[in-house]
Amino acid sequence: MSKLEQAPAATANWIDERFHPAGFLRRTLNKVYPDHWSFMLGEIAMYSFVILLLTGTYLTLFFNPSQQEVIYQGSYVPLRGIEMTQAYESTLNISFDVRGGLIMRQIHHWAALMFMAAIIVHMIRIFFTGAFRKPREVNWLIGVTLFVLAFVEGFAGYSLPDDLLSGTGLRIASAIILSIPVIGTWLSFLIFGGEFPGELILGRLYIAHVLLIPGILLALIATHIGLVVHQKHTQFPGPGRTEHNVVGVRQFPLFALKGGGFFMLVFAVTALLGGLAQINPIWLYGPYTPGVVSAGSQPDWYVGFLEGSTRLFPDWEIRAGGVTVPAIFWPSVVLPGVMFTLLALYPFLEARFTKDRDFHNLLQRPRDTPTRTALGAMALGFYAVLLLSGGNDILALKFDISLNATTWMGRIGLIIVPPLAYYLTHRICLGLQQHDREILAHGVETGIIRRLPTGAFIEVHQPLGEVDEHGHPVPIEYAETPVPRRLNQLGLAGRSIKGFFAPIEEPVGNGQHADTGTQRELTGVDD
Amino acid sequence: MTAKQPDGPTAAKRSRMDLVKAGATRDGVEIIHYRKRYVVPATKLERRAERKVAFWLFVAFIGGAGYLLTTIFWPWEFKGDTGLNYLFTPLLGIFMTLGLGGLGIAVIGYGKWLLPDEESVQQRHGGPSDEFEREATAATLLEMASATELPRRKLIKRTLGLSILGLVALALAPLGGLIKKPGRALYTTPWKAGSRLVREDGTPIKPADLKPGGFETVYPDVPHAVLASDAPTLLLRLRPDAAVNVRKGREDYHYGDYYAYSKVCTHAGCPVGLFEQQTNRLLCPCHQSQFEVLDGCRPVFGPASRSLPQLSIDVDEEGYFIARGDYTEPVGPAFWERG
Repeated sequence: MSKLEQAPAATANWIDERFHPAGFLRRTLNKVYPDHWSFMLGEIAMYSFVILLLTGTYLTLFFNPSQQEVIYQGSYVPLRGIEMTQAYESTLNISFDVRGGLIMRQIHHWAALMFMAAIIVHMIRIFFTGAFRKPREVNWLIGVTLFVLAFVEGFAGYSLPDDLLSGTGLRIASAIILSIPVIGTWLSFLIFGGEFPGELILGRLYIAHVLLIPGILLALIATHIGLVVHQKHTQFPGPGRTEHNVVGVRQFPLFALKGGGFFMLVFAVTALLGGLAQINPIWLYGPYTPGVVSAGSQPDWYVGFLEGSTRLFPDWEIRAGGVTVPAIFWPSVVLPGVMFTLLALYPFLEARFTKDRDFHNLLQRPRDTPTRTALGAMALGFYAVLLLSGGNDILALKFDISLNATTWMGRIGLIIVPPLAYYLTHRICLGLQQHDREILAHGVETGIIRRLPTGAFIEVHQPLGEVDEHGHPVPIEYAETPVPRRLNQLGLAGRSIKGFFAPIEEPVGNGQHADTGTQRELTGVDD
Repeated sequence: MTAKQPDGPTAAKRSRMDLVKAGATRDGVEIIHYRKRYVVPATKLERRAERKVAFWLFVAFIGGAGYLLTTIFWPWEFKGDTGLNYLFTPLLGIFMTLGLGGLGIAVIGYGKWLLPDEESVQQRHGGPSDEFEREATAATLLEMASATELPRRKLIKRTLGLSILGLVALALAPLGGLIKKPGRALYTTPWKAGSRLVREDGTPIKPADLKPGGFETVYPDVPHAVLASDAPTLLLRLRPDAAVNVRKGREDYHYGDYYAYSKVCTHAGCPVGLFEQQTNRLLCPCHQSQFEVLDGCRPVFGPASRSLPQLSIDVDEEGYFIARGDYTEPVGPAFWERG
């Protein structure tokens, strides 16, 4: 062998003699991960965070969080000569005077919206499949903490450019802090360094946004994923899958290739949005001054549910004994506090009510836990009404209905939608279960109608298992796993023809099974 | 784990796949299905799959090169609403999408179209540690704790508690620098007796500047009043026939048909920016609180629970509007001490 051919072995030897990673490396390469489309939702969140770190670092090279007032002299003509803070000026500069700066700003914003969306959808998946059960309750708590921190992080970033919308958002935040009983006034003065807006808040939000919160997020995300690796991923029930194994592909090469490629795809989607879909055009809003506002003021979507609760809640201010509890305290402090507390405690509440203290590595299908699924639907219904009410002025405008009517729709909806969602979801879950049980008992509908000698018509069913001496299927026990519903899911007809220009299905012959385009010989491993 | 057990013949004597399987077994992994996608090399199907991967890799190259060339050569400087510069950011977005997306599809495609199909099963070793580990570790911890013999050393126990308190104080004390005493800040605004009502650009206002039903946002004529959160004020000229219900004690706050109310919403502090002339209502665009102008800007719908404070106004000898004093109640959102 030549020197070059020996190089990899020599390098490996050099490393192993010093750090002996062989065992650890092989265990890492061999680690098995289960596969399901819903497992990628958390991945989207993680990749969005990486995109945020990359683009955010780029933005810090140009952004200046100072509240010093300057006269704008940059390229954007309509704002020339206007007095604004350096924070707003430098954001304008990123958008107009930095080559390729605008796309980084827009990717950063889109990735933030995607980060929050992915966190919420991922959490919904974890909830409805029971992935939070023992032994994963702590990771659920970390996840809820990540959700809250990401919310604060997003709001801090949204506030930094000091445009009209972000300043208005910060003004509302200051009012919410002021509303906290006993300490509100002092807390607000502590945070803003005096009466709103003061001269310090942007610098403080900046260091929180680029160092403090991302640092905590990074540590928690590492712990979150480290726990998934350590405790091994949950899997859906299916053939060969038990509470004590993981069925899937090894980390290398397949899982890593899929993950790495998927990161590129998530980045590509944010790049497409950042390049083609304008977001937060702060130059249209103008700099923040406390006396100016525009109609249709909206926060980023993930703040929408709080905006909605603040709009819907009535003017129930408490004045007694010389003190005041402002009305805004209830929908903006108490309500989110209760919502996030219930969210965090849910795994423990469920374990207490169901007296379930077992280890669970197999996921559940939502239909098999009707009460949990219905509770989740109830919570989502509540959230949806809040979110829609956060844009009730837009709804009133677009649908040409009275603004006050939309407020009342939200108030009433908040009371009737959740129980309705609970009831309907519960019924749907039971119905789906029933349907699965019917298929297990009678077989799959074949679409073949047969006329009996008596004249009656019946549909022929394909039994899924054994039949008794009369030809009736022996009922199969319901195992909380997916049940085939159509004949071609049984493999009887093979797969349907794929391909647009030419069918790529192989003809069936020689006892070989037809498959999708690949030459699948039933040979063993070839080395 | 079976870490120390011999795994059969030594490495040199076995085929590579046997070693892979032996290694996997040691890691608790069983490869139950592992099949090359193309047993016969270079078939039409395999070449097609290769071409697909190569195509997407080439797309990735085009994307990267396109991004670089666009950055260098495209006229990017902002020149108003026309010109090629408007395509700069979209072009960058398209090229970045091609560069990253092409690579992403190629990488995933390589796994799905070319790499061996596999299914593996790994045993879990979750749950509690085995009995010996638990007991030995607990014993070790307990031994370490009891070796300190703290329960016996009462003096150290107490001073240790004190030192921890000291550490907490050390950690918290610097935060004291953040504390700002609210004082009367929330009860006062930049408005003073004799302050002229000026527009955002600093020009004063005469009664003739407003038509009946018109309004103007005004500030006191002090430096940086535009930046103060409690200064914005709405000067409204009501129509002469408007049936105004003047509040007791505020009979002299208005000047003819001219009324001045704080523009800061008493709910969350947003500017109450929308004036409906037909209904004489003010609407806050943030949370849709509505205020009845003819009745002392009383809240009539939405989450606000307090009226907008009224500013007492007059006209000076030069004919310009002035304030007769500061607001007589706190402006903006309510707070605990407000009462």
